[in-house]
Amino acid sequence: MKFSVMVNEGPYTHQAADTAYHFTRAVLDAGHEIFRIFFYHDGVHNGTRMSTPPQDDRHIVDRWSELAHDHDIDLVVCVAAAQRRGILDKDEAKRNGKDGDNIAPGFRISGLGQLIEAGIEADRLLVFGD
Amino acid sequence: MKKFMYVNRHAPHGTIYPLEGLEVVLIGAAFDQDVSMAFIGDGVFQLNKGQDTGALGMKNSAPTYGALGDYEVTKLYVEQESLDERGLELNDLMNLTWEDEEADWVEKPSIRVVSRAQLSDLLEQQDVILNF
Amino acid sequence: MLHTVNKSPFDSHSLQTCLGLAKAGSDILLIEDAVYAVMSGTAVTSMVESAMSSSTIYALEPDLRARGIGFEKMISGINLVGYDGFVELAVTNDKVQSWL
Repeated sequence: MKFSVMVNEGPYTHQAADTAYHFTRAVLDAGHEIFRIFFYHDGVHNGTRMSTPPQDDRHIVDRWSELAHDHDIDLVVCVAAAQRRGILDKDEAKRNGKDGDNIAPGFRISGLGQLIEAGIEADRLLVFGD
Repeated sequence: MKKFMYVNRHAPHGTIYPLEGLEVVLIGAAFDQDVSMAFIGDGVFQLNKGQDTGALGMKNSAPTYGALGDYEVTKLYVEQESLDERGLELNDLMNLTWEDEEADWVEKPSIRVVSRAQLSDLLEQQDVILNF
Repeated sequence: MLHTVNKSPFDSHSLQTCLGLAKAGSDILLIEDAVYAVMSGTAVTSMVESAMSSSTIYALEPDLRARGIGFEKMISGINLVGYDGFVELAVTNDKVQSWL
């Protein structure tokens, strides 16, 4: 079965990003497929490579990047939500005249159409948020 | 074609969820799916008439609801019980309409007030439910 | 349909809204702070017990353990599941509604 996951909150402040991650791992462990993980609202903050949490706690951003790398998961950050909150890749930084980019490995920035497609293509869409 | 329902439970302006939720609905309208919106709890406040965010210096998303009809999002279900709890009537809400091309482009209301029981049925009928 | 609720019933109306709209025969999964709803002898216990007569209530065990909710404090008849059970519920129901 194909799953899509939507993450509406940023790392640490709400449990949403953790629950979404553990759910995603369980989906893969059960032999199902993740079509896409779409980050919206403050969820886009899951995609910043500047996050430096304390060493004795989980590294939420790196955890997503590893998931993307190890299981070829499509992690998409919504461009409009990202622009508002300052999550940029090199292209976005250049296009908007910013002096740096901060997107984490494994994430890509794209439009809301990717969320709709995630709902159309998957058998199940789950939303994690506040 | 899948049935998409966007469930709105937040009041406007206090959080960004209604505004960013509306952006999803408008983008989603281009994908030729069967789209509807549900307004439950404080979500019904999104449709309040006369919203003016000028003194807040914030973008006012209220006028955007007026465009939904043009995007063929014509089913805005509002829960009766949520209105009652908040002392609101249909008259307090924006007059949102769409033009029915199968009926000579006559203007019809997009807001459909439904009971909790009816909304429960509507939720069951959906394929994909998103929450804002 | 699988309904998930994630907010404490003492803090938010989400659980009440969910139970008001969920059809008989639904699966309702309490996650994150909503797991406090499994406790007996609270202001929401009767609402939860009432829902149990028509729907099946589950709670995510890792969230219960994190919050120190002992099994002896739980309303009898609540089903505990892990994340694997969460996935199973999502598979066996035709869709998932998240009451955030």
